Amino acid sequence: MSFFYNFGNYILFLKGMFSKPEKLSVYIDRTITEMNNIGVGSLSIVIIIAIFQGAVTTLQIAYQLISPLIAKPVIGSIVSDSSMLELAPTITCLVLAGKVGSHIASEIGTMRVSEQIDALEVMGINSSGFLALPKIVAGLIMIPMLVILSIFLSNLGGIIAGEASGILTYEEYLQGARESFIPFNLFFSLIKAFTYAFIITSLSAFQGYTTNGGALEVGASSTKAVVYSAVSILLADYLLAQLLL
Amino acid sequence: MIELTNVSKSFNGVEVLKNISAKFETGRVNLVIGSSGHGKSVMMKCMVGLLNPTSGNVMYDDRDFTNLEYSQLREVRKEIGMLFQGTALFDSFTVEENIEFPLKMFTKMSLAERRDRVNFCLEQVEMAGINQKYPAEISGGMKKRVGIARAIALDIKYLFCDEPNSGLDPVTSRVIDELLKSITEEFNITTIINTHDMKTVFDIGDDVVFIYQGKNEWMGKVEDIKTSNNEMLTNFIKASYFD
Repeated sequence: MSFFYNFGNYILFLKGMFSKPEKLSVYIDRTITEMNNIGVGSLSIVIIIAIFQGAVTTLQIAYQLISPLIAKPVIGSIVSDSSMLELAPTITCLVLAGKVGSHIASEIGTMRVSEQIDALEVMGINSSGFLALPKIVAGLIMIPMLVILSIFLSNLGGIIAGEASGILTYEEYLQGARESFIPFNLFFSLIKAFTYAFIITSLSAFQGYTTNGGALEVGASSTKAVVYSAVSILLADYLLAQLLL
Repeated sequence: MIELTNVSKSFNGVEVLKNISAKFETGRVNLVIGSSGHGKSVMMKCMVGLLNPTSGNVMYDDRDFTNLEYSQLREVRKEIGMLFQGTALFDSFTVEENIEFPLKMFTKMSLAERRDRVNFCLEQVEMAGINQKYPAEISGGMKKRVGIARAIALDIKYLFCDEPNSGLDPVTSRVIDELLKSITEEFNITTIINTHDMKTVFDIGDDVVFIYQGKNEWMGKVEDIKTSNNEMLTNFIKASYFD
């Protein structure tokens, strides 16, 4: 019952966001600020994860597949496809659920317990729209960009690891990646990125917005935001794979 | 003028406000007094629309606030300023941005006009020159003053203050009291203050509503408090050690 109650409240929260903005220019300013927080603020972690993800995948695929019967470019093809289809969107977004999700939930949760949201309401501002909408829009713009960057860097990591370990040359890697490239895979990756971006930003904003209590509850909301986002991402991952592949 | 008619509010079947009726006149400092947990804050939240009363009406100069359309409600809210107990200043904004915020959202003022208005409001609360400070960098009393400056940034008609003196030293408390009194008179607004500080009541109060266990136990002029025969009110005043 609690699940349905919370899900209903989440839907109402989303519905409540979409009223006419009090002043569009302020919303646009806030969206740009959030794009900086979410996108630029997450750049370093995404770069590190993507490079190591590609490098480790290359080494492990090579460990499992290396044989005189299997052409080396196959390693490049598997790593690039895995990066595009699963590793870059899902792993990147799971990490972003931790970084961005907890930040959003704790920021809005703190505003709730310190009556800042009440202050917005008293002023006549649609608080859910004002606080959550710019974050969701910023997430929908920046997270797919981070995922594209992650795909690129993951392949770069794979090439570096292949060259450094002597498993395969970058020409072999690129040959494999090019031969197996299907444009739909990139499209599928972007669909995942948009879906996950919405899940992370909206669920975390909802958790923060519905915080009730004090500092302890803000921490609990932040934890819930990360856990619920991560579980929802994995569930959406399965559903999208089932539906679109 | 704000008028409450038979306002009740329940939470999970527990009635916190019981048929409260009261009138708050324009240009006067109206005080709502009572012990903690007796419903003062709930009443104020019902008045500003943060809570919906279970029954009854809140009228803002003949506009039924409890039954307005959302767009009309927003219009009335632009006429309301509120000073919260914890000030509720936006942490990520500077003092200037905090005061400028309602102007930015609801007016077509240019940047220069907004800055002039911010400076005017800061001068009103004797806080000129702290524009670029963040709330975390100023004291509790300064935060309260900035909260008042933000509340009066728009041309408000109604000012609500929830425990404006809580957490302040006696000297700063008196400064805040005087500020609220002078703003009420200068701008001819309806000011409603929740407090249990009897010094505030006798220093700046005009009319008083005494809330006891969710009911409007006593209502009248400040000068009539000491001669009241109401036992609950008498006990409340005695407990404040103030003669």
